[in-house]
Amino acid sequence: MAFIRHPKDFFAGLLFIAFGVAAIVIGSSYALGTAARMGPGYFPRALGILLIVLGSVLALRALRIQGTAVPAFKWRPTLIVLGSVVGFGLIVEHAGLLLSTVCLIVGASAASHEFRWKEALVSGVCFALLAIAVFVLGLKLQLPVWPVFLFGTH
Amino acid sequence: MELLNHLALGFSVALTPINLLYAFIGSMLGTLIGVLPGIGPVATIAMLLPTTYALQPVSALIMLAGIYYGAQYGGSTTSILLNMPGETSSAVTCLDGHQMARQGQAGAALATAALASFFAGCVSMVFVATVAVPLSELALKFGPAEYFSLMVLGLIGAVVLAHGSLLKAIAMIILGLLLGIVGTDVNSGAARFAFGIPQLTDGIGVVSVAMGLFGFAEIITNLEHTGKRELLTSKISGLWLTKDQFRKAWPAVLRGTGLGSFLGLLPGGGAMLASFASYALEKKVAKDPSQFGKGAIQGVAGPESANNAGAQTSFIPLLTLGIPENAVMALMVGAMTIHNIQPGPQVMTSNPSLFWGLIASMWLGNLMLVVLNLPLIGIWIKLLQVPYRVLYPAILLFCSIGVFTINNTNFDVMQTAAFGLLGVIFVKLECEPAPLLLGFVLGPMMEENLRRALLLSRGDPTVFLTRPISLVMLLMAAGLLLAIVAPNIRRKREEAFQEE
Repeated sequence: MAFIRHPKDFFAGLLFIAFGVAAIVIGSSYALGTAARMGPGYFPRALGILLIVLGSVLALRALRIQGTAVPAFKWRPTLIVLGSVVGFGLIVEHAGLLLSTVCLIVGASAASHEFRWKEALVSGVCFALLAIAVFVLGLKLQLPVWPVFLFGTH
Repeated sequence: MELLNHLALGFSVALTPINLLYAFIGSMLGTLIGVLPGIGPVATIAMLLPTTYALQPVSALIMLAGIYYGAQYGGSTTSILLNMPGETSSAVTCLDGHQMARQGQAGAALATAALASFFAGCVSMVFVATVAVPLSELALKFGPAEYFSLMVLGLIGAVVLAHGSLLKAIAMIILGLLLGIVGTDVNSGAARFAFGIPQLTDGIGVVSVAMGLFGFAEIITNLEHTGKRELLTSKISGLWLTKDQFRKAWPAVLRGTGLGSFLGLLPGGGAMLASFASYALEKKVAKDPSQFGKGAIQGVAGPESANNAGAQTSFIPLLTLGIPENAVMALMVGAMTIHNIQPGPQVMTSNPSLFWGLIASMWLGNLMLVVLNLPLIGIWIKLLQVPYRVLYPAILLFCSIGVFTINNTNFDVMQTAAFGLLGVIFVKLECEPAPLLLGFVLGPMMEENLRRALLLSRGDPTVFLTRPISLVMLLMAAGLLLAIVAPNIRRKREEAFQEE
């Protein structure tokens, strides 16, 4: 796409336009009201229009001024890091803090190019104990330590 | 004398054992994350916000504030010893601090940084206490039109002084405002952008936004780089200054404190801007500017005092006007809201012990930092030897537990991960996330004030121009925008950020 001279700005512009359009489309069912008696749709509509305007200026300007390319999106660390966090959120209530912490630490460690199984397991267990000490014993948060299906809720 | 009474009240609150403990925890944690690269004060405060539910509001704020100024101390340690800023606000300290360390003067550089920070902390505390009262009295006279214009000025100021593309920053603010109004509309009760998800009708949590954009995104981008760090393990001896060094350093500390205190007041200001500006100033007033970058002690003393002064005075707009001027202050708004305190001029009158207690605790926290930090440097250096591959999963863990326990629902964890993904995209597209966070916390307030102002004026938008204070603020905002677009000032601004 040689006509896009400033890809970073161009795609940022598209992103803002997309958010603006989404705000207006989704917000189209909210009552607008008048300036004196604003409905719930008034402010979001105004913001959506502003976003579309700013995004368009950014994107159009990117056709004219020179800029650097968007750095490649590396899926591996992104997916592993966010995936292990999401996984932790899904299992912690059922599997307990101990097991889910080990899963999170080992899983997230795999995102690094220096990943070592043994080290990750050891640090997983250590941080699990620390987390239990701080959050369950110290701050008294309501989190199960052991898997619920084995030992019941408490 | 009123000032003394206020400070006496403040110290009586801050000196209670429990609050001393939280000031200590906060400043130590702050130093820790200041030392560790890859996690900044924004992510840490977001991580700890949920755990402060059970605390007294004043203890919670004391601890969170400690993290912010503690990070300034910690950041300078790694800048000097490793040539690697733990925090962006101590990036300039690398230039001369690390050179001093290379010449065997690490001890003197560390002592300069600590003492300069402490001096600045003392002066700026008095400054905060003096300015706060008149400012909040002025702010109490503001109507909705003035407030709306003030927020416009605050947001515009924040992006003008920050670096990067102005257009993108403004778009990020608008996006932040939009995200901020997700949830139930207070006036009509209508759920907006909630997609029928019950958790979203309460709005998006500020913790999720901050942790995702600042914490997760940073970790992911760090993992993409595969650099090694160099540790300067030379023995640190003589944590003191010679007479000659002292003579050279103190005028720089005075200038840095003054400049930092002032810049901390401005929207978008705070620790980072203050340290960069101070370095530039020291270089300009020096008799022999060629010494800078080769271990000039002024290059450490000035920026280190400025970043601490700036960190403290940036609380002024938050505490007196209710306007956060940087991402950390935006999270403080979140912390206050959690404890049902509406930030703004009424805090001082309705909750004086909270206000003055927080200010007094900053001085105590600074004292603890200067006393504890120099002897503890050995421990901080040990911590740096923990490899990043062990460190980041632990950060993720504490983030995940923190965000899960806000409402004990995994929805918040998913939401944070989503903001993490968005954060990575923003990094790729060079969009700074700080303006988004500012817009996010101001969104509901801005809509409310716009609504009320136009209701009072019966829909006449000129109300913002006919009320003098509002007009002045809008003119200032327009002036800032014009100034930045004007080519020669723009060049200056780029030069100022060149040092990075």
